[in-house]
Amino acid sequence: MSDARVIDTGDTPARPSAATAPAIGRGLRVPGRGRNAAAAPVRFTFDGRTITGRAGDTLAAALLADGIHLVGRSFKYHRPRGILSAGSEEPNALVGTDRGDGRYEPNTRATTAEIFEGFRASSQNRWPSLRHDVGAVNDSLYMLFSAGFYYKTFMWPKSFWNTVYEPLIRGAAGLGAPPTERDPDSYAARHAHCDLLVVGAGAAGLAAALAGARGGAKVILVDEQAEAGGWLLSEPEVTIDGRTAWTWLADTLRTLAAMPNVTVLNRTTAIGYYHQNFVGLCQRLTDHLAQVPEGAPRERLWKVRAKQVVLAQGAIEKPLVFAGNDRPGVMLAGAARTYLNRYGVRVGDRAVVVTAHDAAWAAAFDLARAGTTVPLIVDIRPVVGGDLLAQARSLGIETLCGGTVTDTRGRLRVSAVRVNPVDAAGRAGGGRWVACDALLMSGGWTPSLHLFSHTGGKLVWDEADQVFLPGRATEACRCAGAGTGRFGLAAALADGAAAGAAAAVDAGHPAETPAFAVQGEGSMAGTACRDLPTDRNGAFAKAFVDFQNDVLAKDIRLAVREGFRSVEHIKRYTTNGMATDQGKTSNINGLQIAADALGRAAPSVGLTTFRPPYTPTTFGAFAGYNRGRLFEVTRRTPIDAWAAERGAVYEPVSLWRRARYFPQPGEDMHAAVARECRAVRAGVGLFDASTLGKIEIVGPDAATFMNRMYTNAWTKLEPGRCRYGLLLGEDGFIRDDGVIGRMAPDRFHVTTTTGGAARVLTTMEDYLQTEWPDLNVWLTSTTEQWAVIAVQGPSARAVIEPLVEGIDLAPGRFPHMAVAEGRICGVPTRLFRVSFTGELGFEVNVPSRYGRAVWEAIHEAGRAHGIVPYGTETMHVLRAEKGYIIVGQDTDGTLTPADAGLDWAIGKAKPDFVGKRSLARPDMHRPDRKQLVGLLTQDPNVVLEEGAQIVAERDGPIPRTMIGHVTSAYWSEALGRSIALAVVAGGKSLQGRTVYVPMPDAVHAATVGGTAFLDPENTRLAV
Amino acid sequence: MLLITCPYCREARPEVEFAYAGEAHIARPADPSAVGDAAWRDHLYIRSNTRGLHRERWRHVNGCGRFFNAVRDTVTDKFAATYKAGAPCPIDFAREGAER
Repeated sequence: MSDARVIDTGDTPARPSAATAPAIGRGLRVPGRGRNAAAAPVRFTFDGRTITGRAGDTLAAALLADGIHLVGRSFKYHRPRGILSAGSEEPNALVGTDRGDGRYEPNTRATTAEIFEGFRASSQNRWPSLRHDVGAVNDSLYMLFSAGFYYKTFMWPKSFWNTVYEPLIRGAAGLGAPPTERDPDSYAARHAHCDLLVVGAGAAGLAAALAGARGGAKVILVDEQAEAGGWLLSEPEVTIDGRTAWTWLADTLRTLAAMPNVTVLNRTTAIGYYHQNFVGLCQRLTDHLAQVPEGAPRERLWKVRAKQVVLAQGAIEKPLVFAGNDRPGVMLAGAARTYLNRYGVRVGDRAVVVTAHDAAWAAAFDLARAGTTVPLIVDIRPVVGGDLLAQARSLGIETLCGGTVTDTRGRLRVSAVRVNPVDAAGRAGGGRWVACDALLMSGGWTPSLHLFSHTGGKLVWDEADQVFLPGRATEACRCAGAGTGRFGLAAALADGAAAGAAAAVDAGHPAETPAFAVQGEGSMAGTACRDLPTDRNGAFAKAFVDFQNDVLAKDIRLAVREGFRSVEHIKRYTTNGMATDQGKTSNINGLQIAADALGRAAPSVGLTTFRPPYTPTTFGAFAGYNRGRLFEVTRRTPIDAWAAERGAVYEPVSLWRRARYFPQPGEDMHAAVARECRAVRAGVGLFDASTLGKIEIVGPDAATFMNRMYTNAWTKLEPGRCRYGLLLGEDGFIRDDGVIGRMAPDRFHVTTTTGGAARVLTTMEDYLQTEWPDLNVWLTSTTEQWAVIAVQGPSARAVIEPLVEGIDLAPGRFPHMAVAEGRICGVPTRLFRVSFTGELGFEVNVPSRYGRAVWEAIHEAGRAHGIVPYGTETMHVLRAEKGYIIVGQDTDGTLTPADAGLDWAIGKAKPDFVGKRSLARPDMHRPDRKQLVGLLTQDPNVVLEEGAQIVAERDGPIPRTMIGHVTSAYWSEALGRSIALAVVAGGKSLQGRTVYVPMPDAVHAATVGGTAFLDPENTRLAV
Repeated sequence: MLLITCPYCREARPEVEFAYAGEAHIARPADPSAVGDAAWRDHLYIRSNTRGLHRERWRHVNGCGRFFNAVRDTVTDKFAATYKAGAPCPIDFAREGAER
């Protein structure tokens, strides 16, 4: 079996002479071969160089046709990397793709990206160029970068962690750079329902769809590739029912397309399989187009609810693990066959094959017949079956059964492979070098069970084939074809048809199981292997398991030696299977190496968890329509547009946007707020309070319900009067507050905080429905029914009095905390005399549709009094001057009424209300609870920072004991100094004491006092 | 996304229409003032944290608005039953417990 082309039998590699060196790049495209044999030429660029491919090519196919295997540098070692596969499992060939107009995407798999005229791709993780990469020094330092290197090295000094080590590692390792421009594309989403969802349109999936659809079931068939067919596209000589594979495929797709109950989606990946047969599909719509139609979405996320699911995802070919198995030109044998038969591309001129499986022999034969020299097939197995040896002999291919591959060489592309015989004891003998420009490998096939695993479906280990197979399903789901370990087209068709028919029946439709006669398919026998035997010291072998994360077989063994036992821990320590490909080509190899090292059987070690998405998915697909203005609802009041016209500055308050202040020309916030504050204290201001939550509580038991919900007593509150209401949680802590008006004996107008409205209504509904269903009460949210206009200031009455009908506003007749129904500006109103400023004030409630008109009328009427619109910032200052709290700012869910100085609001005679029992817990009476106090800084010009911590002493050892924090702090225009509210441990007992507030500029001293800074006797309200 | 059957609407609807509302069958004492400190603490804070079948409250908040009870397996996330507030739990926990 000696062969003149075997160039060396010693251990020292010799370079191939110029005469035998393959002529790269010429004649690799086989005329007349491939699905796109007659397609138009397409020009694209790779790293700036223009290359001509064919329409229908993937980027990988077009590069291989041009003789290019080197497409990137690896994650950790910056090793040159080529194209490993022909599908979405590709770990190596990740490139940046630029589709123009800012459409840049990093880490696109060259094996799935479709080229078009003007397409641009670039290699990643290299500098200054792909062929000369400085980072490749890491490859020589590889002993430093073994498993867990980041836990072991770079420990000292600590100050280097953030400044030196992390930037160094981040700079050296990695994949592509994120895009710098805003994504110009749009993304769509839709829901769909069907009887049967079939994932994968290979032989099994097509048969399942046919079987399911013929009885009328509504079927969706999806495939991630540009065209349906799966492996049928790569093995065209097979015949099905007397027709060639491609003819049968075309006929079948035509049949399915003609059925109104069938939807076939190409370029559509089932990314996740969730509860109750809810499957997410990502459909790629425009990435393959040279001209994107105006407004066309780039991708569409389908959310499918299927009665039955058939998973026909096929199997993924396993690489073999041996030293130098990552060199460009080393690729999966099945991929080489796909490139030849589907795209008409020979992956090299001189291809050596190393395999543990019959399928790679077929690849070798196809390539040999297409003109590639195949000097040698190395099979791991001592004996191979069938007529493989005879076929090889007839094609002039040398064979070595019971052999191994122990090394490769070639700087940027494999140029030779070291081949050794293996004796009966499994020991590798002496090696010889064989020249090649491609090395095709096959370690057998791994059923693709990612989606099945998403649902928690159990996997069972098949000892004979050394693969995990689907076990008990948790959903209405069947696996079919190679995904169940039934390899081969005949098996896939039969299994798919049976699964599709059974699923249709379970979905309530009649079904027939079509039968298929398959001829001419190759054998699918093989063995499973760990890393290949070698005659060299394995401790130095760069035998890659996970290509994308640069994990070596020795890394996994090291992890086991260092004590890792759980496969989940080994995975995280070595990062095996943690790259963007989720270990599609590496998990099983890694598991078997780990199992051997642990001395346990593979099933007892177990597989790591697969998680959605199946392949990397754009954020755009998940976001869908929910971008920009549609990202989140912005709630606007009826008066919002008026404020916008006057240049109001807004702030978000829950989902609302609220006018924060109304700057005049030349004013900053401080100046505007100071002016607005002065206007309210001296004249009158106008404030949009429409965002206040409002709940109408009606019914014979309304007062009883109010008594049980709120701390206050409501029985004696007369209709026409209001009361400040305090709402606790059952734990006794303040949840919400607001002014509540009794409109009638059986009717309350409740207001809540802006952010708390929905929460309060939910709490009320909860108690009403589940604790007190006997109460006859109705709760209705009226937040958006009422526009609320607060008119505040000494001149407030004078402004609105002329506009009001049916309510006597005289002080004696309509005192503070009165409410009445009447008319204002000719429209119905609920008029409250309430104040959140400490001034004479009214809150005018009118139906929302009149809100702006009434606002404008009041504003017009107020001109004579110098009325000023003010925003939330001024509102905050004015209420803080009075010590009125804002729930959620001055409270944080741990303050009791007593802590907040609101114990006066508790109806002590009431037997029960929500939270009452908790107020009696001993913890609620500890003297060192944090209590709300006022703070006055010793320097009146210092406005403390909200959230700043408070300490008892100016100086002391660090860490200091923090005794509280500032909750509110403002410049008080009325007092001509700063004010602050704070919660301080034991604050009530610290009155008059000095505390300290460390801030970035200095430690500020402040005096503890009461919370009412202005008019504590409320004389200004009694007018 | 789960499908949840609202016992009031008697329809299986997507999870986004519902809100979780904590463990079920924890009645508020009729007279909280008669409850001791430890028992009240337990009522407020101590929950079962079950692995397996769990009785819990949901609200069809973006639907009929009603609170109802459900039995859900916290391991598989599958609902074993949903039933109206106030109704007895349709699953015999003593028996289920023996089977698990």
